[in-house]
Amino acid sequence: MKALLVMPIVIPLVGGALGLVAWRSRAAQRALAACGAAALLLAAAALLWTVDRHGVLAVQVGDWPAPFGITLVADLFAAIMVFIAAVLGACVLFYSFWAMDSGRESYGYYPLTLVLLMGVNGAFLTGDVFNLYVWFEVMLMASFVLLALGGDRPQLEGAIKYVTLNLVSSALFLAATGILYGVAGTLNMADLAGKLGENVAPRLTTTLAMLYLAAFGIKAGLFPLFFWLPASYHTPPPAVSAIFAGLLTKVGVYAIIRVFTLMFTLETALTHGVILVLAAFTMVTGVLGAAAQNDFRRILAFHIVSQIGYIIMGLGLYSRIALAGAIFFIVHNIIAKSNLFLVSGVVHRLRGTGDLKQLGGLYEQQPALSICFMVSAMALAGIPPLSGFFGKLVLVIAGIQAGAYVIVAVSLLVSILTLFSMTKIWAGGFWKPAPEERDVPPPGDATHAIRRMMIPVALLAGLNVLFGVGFEPCYAMALRAADQLLDKQAYIAAVLGT
Amino acid sequence: MEFVFAVVVGGLYAAGLYLMLQRNIIKLVLGLSLLSHGANLLIFTAAGLTRAHAPLIDEGGAVLIGRTADPLPQALILTAIVISFGVTAFMLVLVHRTHQETGTDDLDDLRTTDT
Repeated sequence: MKALLVMPIVIPLVGGALGLVAWRSRAAQRALAACGAAALLLAAAALLWTVDRHGVLAVQVGDWPAPFGITLVADLFAAIMVFIAAVLGACVLFYSFWAMDSGRESYGYYPLTLVLLMGVNGAFLTGDVFNLYVWFEVMLMASFVLLALGGDRPQLEGAIKYVTLNLVSSALFLAATGILYGVAGTLNMADLAGKLGENVAPRLTTTLAMLYLAAFGIKAGLFPLFFWLPASYHTPPPAVSAIFAGLLTKVGVYAIIRVFTLMFTLETALTHGVILVLAAFTMVTGVLGAAAQNDFRRILAFHIVSQIGYIIMGLGLYSRIALAGAIFFIVHNIIAKSNLFLVSGVVHRLRGTGDLKQLGGLYEQQPALSICFMVSAMALAGIPPLSGFFGKLVLVIAGIQAGAYVIVAVSLLVSILTLFSMTKIWAGGFWKPAPEERDVPPPGDATHAIRRMMIPVALLAGLNVLFGVGFEPCYAMALRAADQLLDKQAYIAAVLGT
Repeated sequence: MEFVFAVVVGGLYAAGLYLMLQRNIIKLVLGLSLLSHGANLLIFTAAGLTRAHAPLIDEGGAVLIGRTADPLPQALILTAIVISFGVTAFMLVLVHRTHQETGTDDLDDLRTTDT
């Protein structure tokens, strides 16, 4: 059973390493990516099932007892994240088989994506702050190369901003971790939860909390640290954008939720109050930035920022329902957001541009694609019965229960503006007739590759419907995950064995 | 001793941030590397400075005796140094490729993807 915890890290590592061995053979790399993604999906599903059934799992790598050794730990929240990352990874890899150009495939696209997934899973499963830093770096290194791979001018420009800001964030993270070790004398998260709970140095602890918020906030794209994101996320190929949009910022959010539910919970009035204010600004600036854009992927990139605000709002409210809402919203958002990027890739393949002024007539040409876009876009805006509606509903209910009416009003207003942006893409790209000067292929003229690329798109759109229609069991699981986050004892007991 | 280290760390951070705010792309890389050095020294200082007491167990003994240095921060720093080495190497290649592609070393000219 403990091997299950290591599998989500080992499987992509082996897949990536073998992919490097088979560097010359694109067919072998594709086969390895397919096997790796399938095995990862199975392992993640097994992990989720086991954790949901038997409670928090922990393993001490190398058998050094906690808090001295390397700890891997999966509570329900981590297991859910690992599972959804595996689902997304499988969809994006499948999509890439038809979408990725042969140049990028030959220069290690598949091994890099697997290593990225390894870093993401490592960050979800680690029980040690310094190891979290190391996993972040593993993930970042793979993402740096994926972002710059191909070497087009926009990609390089985007990569410089992305790399710089992420390195600043890592330096902050490292500095905060050093001070944390000086204060508490341990870096094991479960041990830290106990040591910081004794409140030995309250002011220094709050300072540390803010340092971590800034470090993870840069990675998550929180206001006012988000500006690198819309400058870089639209530059790589759509499959890379999709996996970045779905997973990388969410790892930052995961880290924020983890440290602010496990470690920094003494001054919630201050820390979680700050988080709530940041959530409001993040939502509003993201959605306003998107409203000003006129390019398919630039609009989507700004919306990532806006949606991060909702998740952080759940943490800021810091109640059982709010955390469950945040967890549900992360899952919903990963699916919807990545799917929209995948759709943008199909559109780019069809028309060679993402500029809404030059697009049009896609509904006539590709009704199935249009419906998939519509489903995910409406889910993002929060139209019932799709997944986004229920995520927002739970967050709004939690906000009203906490008496935080301002944030509730902001979140509802932002929903309307999200709907506006999505309608803009719909009207500009799909609904209006194509500009006359552009040569549009006749309806139904879909190539083999396009039809294959549609499979993961349809699957993810289906998940948006499924999580909306089947909200009850999903929400029940999110509530169980939130209970584990709020009651730290199960986590601490699983790690320290007390 | 801590005071001296604190000043050095602060100086490294200030110099790193100052360099990063320059327009030259090489200064950006140098600034980032100073910043990571600052963070490493900060770990070293925050974990407590001791002089000349290596954490070695005497022959025949079972536990450490007396006040000794904590080896963990040094292990952390070593890991961080290796990571920052790899990242700096990548950054240099990225900057070199960007210079080849765009023909400029001025960050203000690299704004076509901004919004």
